[in-house]
Amino acid sequence: MQEYVMGNGAIALGALAAGVNLVSGYPGTPSSEIVETISKYPHDGVHLEWSVNEKAAMEVAASAAYGGARTMVTMKQVGLNVAADPLMSLAYVGVKGGMVVVSADDPGPISSQTEQDTRRFADFARIPVFDPSSPEEAYEMIQDAFAYSEKYKTPVLFRPTTRVCHAYASIENPANNGPKAYDGFVKDSKKWVIFPRLSYMNHAMIEQRNVEIGKDFSTYKWNRVEGGNSRKAVITSGISYAYAKEYLKDHTDIKLIKLATAYPLPEDFLLQALEGVEELLCVEELSPYIEEQILKLAGKHALSIKVSGKLDGKVPASGENSSNLVADILSEFLGTEKLVRGYDGSDAPSLPMRPPVLCAGCPHRASFYAVKQAMKGKKAYFCGDIGCYTLGNAMPLDMVDTCLCMGAGITMAQGFHWIDGEGTCFGFVGDSTFFASGMTGVVNAVYNNADMILCVLDNSTTAMTGHQPHPGIGRNMMGQFVDKVDIAKVLEGIGVHKIITVNPLDLAASVAAVQECDKLPGVKTIIFKSPCIAISKPDGKCRISEQCINCKKCIREIGCPALITVDGNVTIDENLCTGCGLCSQICPVHAIGDDTQKGGAIS
Amino acid sequence: MKKDILICGVGGQGTVLASKIIAASAMDEGSAVHSAETIGMAQRGGSVTSHVRIGEAYAPLIPQGAADMILAFEPAEAVRNLGYLKKDGIVIVNRVPVKPVTESLQDTGYDGTEMIAYLQKKCSCIVIDAEKICAPFGSSRYFNIAILGVAVGSGRLGISKETVLAELEKRVPSKYVETNKAAFYAGVEVGSGKTL
Repeated sequence: MQEYVMGNGAIALGALAAGVNLVSGYPGTPSSEIVETISKYPHDGVHLEWSVNEKAAMEVAASAAYGGARTMVTMKQVGLNVAADPLMSLAYVGVKGGMVVVSADDPGPISSQTEQDTRRFADFARIPVFDPSSPEEAYEMIQDAFAYSEKYKTPVLFRPTTRVCHAYASIENPANNGPKAYDGFVKDSKKWVIFPRLSYMNHAMIEQRNVEIGKDFSTYKWNRVEGGNSRKAVITSGISYAYAKEYLKDHTDIKLIKLATAYPLPEDFLLQALEGVEELLCVEELSPYIEEQILKLAGKHALSIKVSGKLDGKVPASGENSSNLVADILSEFLGTEKLVRGYDGSDAPSLPMRPPVLCAGCPHRASFYAVKQAMKGKKAYFCGDIGCYTLGNAMPLDMVDTCLCMGAGITMAQGFHWIDGEGTCFGFVGDSTFFASGMTGVVNAVYNNADMILCVLDNSTTAMTGHQPHPGIGRNMMGQFVDKVDIAKVLEGIGVHKIITVNPLDLAASVAAVQECDKLPGVKTIIFKSPCIAISKPDGKCRISEQCINCKKCIREIGCPALITVDGNVTIDENLCTGCGLCSQICPVHAIGDDTQKGGAIS
Repeated sequence: MKKDILICGVGGQGTVLASKIIAASAMDEGSAVHSAETIGMAQRGGSVTSHVRIGEAYAPLIPQGAADMILAFEPAEAVRNLGYLKKDGIVIVNRVPVKPVTESLQDTGYDGTEMIAYLQKKCSCIVIDAEKICAPFGSSRYFNIAILGVAVGSGRLGISKETVLAELEKRVPSKYVETNKAAFYAGVEVGSGKTL
């Protein structure tokens, strides 16, 4: 029996094979499918949850691991920043059951704010990190990660990158023996309550232990040397190993060192691997982590070796690697032939740019447009946040002035208010982000008496990462129907006195709501509530009548992908249109009608 | 068998299902398969690619100049990814453009014809028309299955019609199976009609 799964699926299957008892996480590309895969395979007896954020996920998993359960926490690399507080302390306290923290890095970055490197976080937290180079390897390696975690009583990091997470491969006969037995939490406040004295003692213990782990990793099967005994050698890890292999498969005389555990550094393994090597090229993504470790190692052991990589510009400092890029770097380093290229596209006609945009019919477009209309000619700050609605930045909406990190839109709106009392300050937040890290920002605004308008863009899902449920949905990953956490009631409880809930697809009502809020002092909230088009049935189609004067106002104002021009005439792409009716409410000559019963039909 | 197939288009066109069916079909016929998808922000109307690598491969992404076949759901996306094509590879391309919002705003007149002319001059290609091929089915949404049919019909995919149909039946909701099969057959007809 073979399972053809995504790398994230392989990680999930590996965790099930390892007898995982509890899996928690927060969605984030490229990590989201790990939790989702667990839910699709038999997992009786496993507690599975989308936690409200990464910090919560980490803490839920930590205490379960104190009790001897095997736990896995999943997130993207920036999620690890949110979970850093518990992780840094947990590294000192340690665990009893195996605890694997999967933090997926995103070289490029393709769908992220940063190109941060989880290997550095492992070094910073002084805990081991595993770096798989393929889905097949990830399936096995995550099982090893649980074993090492238990052996050394420490949480461990597991960091795949996007191209491992989203690559598909076959896993042969994945085991699923059900959750592992555990003996439960044994109270011992000297062990589980972090105090300065405990931290001092454990810090010393950890540094000593990590030397041991480095030795142990020196015989770890995924740290290995391939190829011949060449004077020039290549060291690599993760997906870059696969890229290097694509080229070096035709150069088997070249020594290729594959490092699967960058921290703690397996010094013995490396010293042996580097014997006879005079020049070493480090091929890695994100940061020159391995390169710096090798430089330290060379200094420590007085190795005479020239080390190249990102630090001397042989490998690009930023962006992701590829088979071709690595082939070019290797051929230059080795003095071997260049890879044969295909077509040279330098004579190609200029290509249209395709920045990602809000989908046709997306209710966020309507929300942004309503705020834009209401604020026309007035000074305003539009603080965006993380989610599909970051795409409100695109022309012609141009409604995102700032975007920093999860939940920051709400608090940054407050900062603008304190430096400029004249402007109206808006914070936009999605429903999932509101629960993840938006609520405390609202408390901050109420407590500190800021003037701001909070726009909750409630589309009843976590859309960008693939439509995961959240506390406002009424359904969890254990398949239970639960009480919905009501955003309006949360806001009421916090002390927000003005809360308007409006359907953003009703343009007039939405504009009126914004204008009403703009007249009031303090914290005001508009909940723009309309489901994501990907989880709801289309209402119908909008149609353009002969009354159209081809003024293109609809295209200029809202930039809906379903509004296009064909032979110079405004046309609706019926394959994309969901009948949201926003364009029909904008048309100056009422030429756009919809076959739904909503507002905006031709009068 | 050793074949690298690149599928490209615009987020929302259904490239992922096409790539999954090719991968599964190749495995049904006994090949090792690796593939990779664009997931995340680019799915919202951005350029997307799926890489399907049949036979032994290390990296999940096809190197430049290595693809035996490009299935392009959109003319500009075919040109954007042409560097992946082998010198003797083939492009199967939809002539119907997807206009990005930025193009509609500036009205640059992008309609795909320039792209198709370039491809025809440059490489071996089969040009198909999603609207025509899908007209009997009432929606261009079936194009992802139709283009699979073209690939199979061209004889260049190296996977049998029967295997693909069996995977199609497994992966498409039962009420849509018949329409999808019809779209597939329509594609096979187009693909086999072209001699190269």
